[in-house]
Amino acid sequence: MKRIDWRRLLNWPIVAMLGIASLYLVWLVYLSGEVLWAVFTLALISLAFFVYLSNIAFAYRYLFPGLAGMAVFVVFPILYTTQIGFTNYSSTNLLTFERATAYLLERTQPGEGTSYSFTVHPDGAEFRLRLVPKGEDDEEDPQKKAEVARRTYVTPPLALIAPTPPEEVKAVALAQANIALKEPLPLGDVIKRRDVLSRLNIRLPDGALITYAGVREFAPQEPVYRQTGRDELTVVKTGVVYRANHDTGFYETKDGERLQPGFKVGIGFGNYQRMFEDPKFRGPFFAIFAWTVSFASLTVLFTLAVGTTLAVLLNWEALRFRTVYRTLLFLPYAVPGFISILVFKGLFNQNFGEINIALDALFGIKPAWFADPFLAKAMILIVNTWLGYPYIMVLVTGLIKAIPSDLYEASAIAGASPLTNFFKITAPLIIKPLMPLLIASFAFNFNNFVLIWLLTQGRPDFLGTPVPAGTTDILVSYTYRIAFQDSGQNFGLAAAISTMIFFLVALLSMANLKLLRVNKPEGK
Amino acid sequence: MAMVVGKNQKWRIVAAHVGLIAFIALIMFPLLAIVSISLRPGNFATGSLIPREISLEHWKLALGFSYQAADGSLVEPPFPVLRWLWNSIKIAAISAFLIVAISTTAAYAFARLKFRFKMPILNSMMLLQMFPAVLALVAIFAIFETIGQFVPWLGVETHSGVVLAYLGGVAMHIWTVRGYFDTIPVEIEECAKVDGATHWQAFRFVLLPMAVPILMVVFVLAFIGGIIEYPVASVLLRKVDNLTLAVGSQYYLYPQKYLWGDFAAAAVLSGVPITIVFLFAQRWIVSGLTAGGVKG
Repeated sequence: MKRIDWRRLLNWPIVAMLGIASLYLVWLVYLSGEVLWAVFTLALISLAFFVYLSNIAFAYRYLFPGLAGMAVFVVFPILYTTQIGFTNYSSTNLLTFERATAYLLERTQPGEGTSYSFTVHPDGAEFRLRLVPKGEDDEEDPQKKAEVARRTYVTPPLALIAPTPPEEVKAVALAQANIALKEPLPLGDVIKRRDVLSRLNIRLPDGALITYAGVREFAPQEPVYRQTGRDELTVVKTGVVYRANHDTGFYETKDGERLQPGFKVGIGFGNYQRMFEDPKFRGPFFAIFAWTVSFASLTVLFTLAVGTTLAVLLNWEALRFRTVYRTLLFLPYAVPGFISILVFKGLFNQNFGEINIALDALFGIKPAWFADPFLAKAMILIVNTWLGYPYIMVLVTGLIKAIPSDLYEASAIAGASPLTNFFKITAPLIIKPLMPLLIASFAFNFNNFVLIWLLTQGRPDFLGTPVPAGTTDILVSYTYRIAFQDSGQNFGLAAAISTMIFFLVALLSMANLKLLRVNKPEGK
Repeated sequence: MAMVVGKNQKWRIVAAHVGLIAFIALIMFPLLAIVSISLRPGNFATGSLIPREISLEHWKLALGFSYQAADGSLVEPPFPVLRWLWNSIKIAAISAFLIVAISTTAAYAFARLKFRFKMPILNSMMLLQMFPAVLALVAIFAIFETIGQFVPWLGVETHSGVVLAYLGGVAMHIWTVRGYFDTIPVEIEECAKVDGATHWQAFRFVLLPMAVPILMVVFVLAFIGGIIEYPVASVLLRKVDNLTLAVGSQYYLYPQKYLWGDFAAAAVLSGVPITIVFLFAQRWIVSGLTAGGVKG
């Protein structure tokens, strides 16, 4: 007795089309050889179809976009990062073993044999290359001239626009081809087509393979290395043997001489060992760790002190213009952080920053805020307190409003001073609900990358460290520098430190969740 | 309410006013100084807070005009500030809109529907969100490079890619919205269901209209989050015309090329609208903040 639901009927073709489109995408990924990514995409897409088509997973229809987003852009990066932490992934060991080997095998050097100068001639919409043996052009000797003419070759017409030209082009002798070539292109036009030209491999009738070797020249090339075994490369010219070392991730000779680039291999806990055992590394690492903790706790302390004082003051009903004060005091929070941090960077400049000009006028001092480690740390704390106190102020204001005013009335009758009021009534009542927010603030500042990066970039640096490390670096900015700034770009090491930070932060957040639950025992 | 007051109340009030005004003067100094600097001629000018000589050269550059310098040479704008501002607003608005859509639907499931692993999923989302994106930049870059090979408009150096990356950060917003849904009585939706509404209809036509205030909060928080985000954008966007304001502004203050005055004008120009949005939305943001968000 069911009515035909046309909308439902129409749904199926749309679903089918979407399905085909996504399968096509997976197929494309698979074809490019990224099997793992293909499986991953397929899994994600099938999950999406399952969730939206089956009735079992009803609730997940609402959850899927959020959960998928988290899975792809939060969970996957974390897992990937953890995994990198156990490898030697870095700018010298960027490729997989197979790709590094292929890269080395593709390396060529100019080989022996004649090189050819070339000219490009238009032929309809396409072009032909005319190749003349080099070094014998100007000879007057008719015999040599005949030789040159015999060995002058021409290619079939080529479009010279595609980014990937045919793999191999067969040239024929010009004399036999019987083609009237038009005027050659000027050099400027040849240079414009350099990208395509440099990818051409031209096979000559005599069997030699020549490639682009300069704006006027094609020359024979030969590979530098030859594969002589599964893990073995031999230099063609000298016969030196390089063997792949799967512990260090390099092709090495017996004496330990390495070929660049290396390849990515797992090194177990090597990065972690380096963190804790290498004395050159350990020193700055622990100094940075200590500064990170003190930076985060001092920030919380200072913002709490300033914010609470202001909140209490602004909650005083006898005070007039409180709204004006509150708006002005809130302003530092409203200005986007990256702008105010950069403003401070300029204001603290030693020579022409406004702050030093003021200090110079008042006390005759010009502190080197960016060069002295202690002053740099002080500056960071000043700036961060400026940025962060309104947040605490707003939070505490909200919490104080919730305190019943009878309490203050009672204490006023008893003749208590404002300080007694604060320490006996306000503070005990607000500290409990404030605690999780303070921990969240600590965790946030523990990873406050933007502040450090835009203000000091971690400088001034420690001297003589294997990877650059600064006295004002916190762990995240230190990791960022190792991964993206250091000439070594040691992603493996950076990932190992990241993993550790993650565990620290996770512990903090778990403590936080516990506290939240204690505060709201009903469990909601 | 009349409160018993002490004798020295009057002096305390005066002291409080003086203290507050002094503190505000100190706090406002950087903001006033930057406005003043943007109006001084030259990039190394020093002087009093109220500039003696007002020059609009930095403002011309910030607005994208070139101007004739004193020595007759034409000074071109160093960076496309307005373009950066537009990029930032575009990315932040689109991602905020999508974040609102995703987090409300997910929050609905968490607040109203029964399914297995509800609390574990919710708690682990919260924990995972604590992992700062800075630490996973290598992975994020790798993901987008791979995506870009197959879907070029979502790859590295595209704004849609950055938007996509921001969609991962919904956990906090799901918590906020869920908390709000919990305060709305279930009975209203149940009435709708008795009248024959499906889950989706009850959500879309009954619950959602009642939740508009919290949707505004989430939108504003996500929008501001998008404007100020630095690490992910700095890795995914490299071309000068493509940058967001947060990534671009630091290029003004390189030691080798210190464009302090130009920066001041650009900072005021781009900072003022964002600040106004923030102040305007302050009421909503404050309620969102007490729910547990932290701004950078």
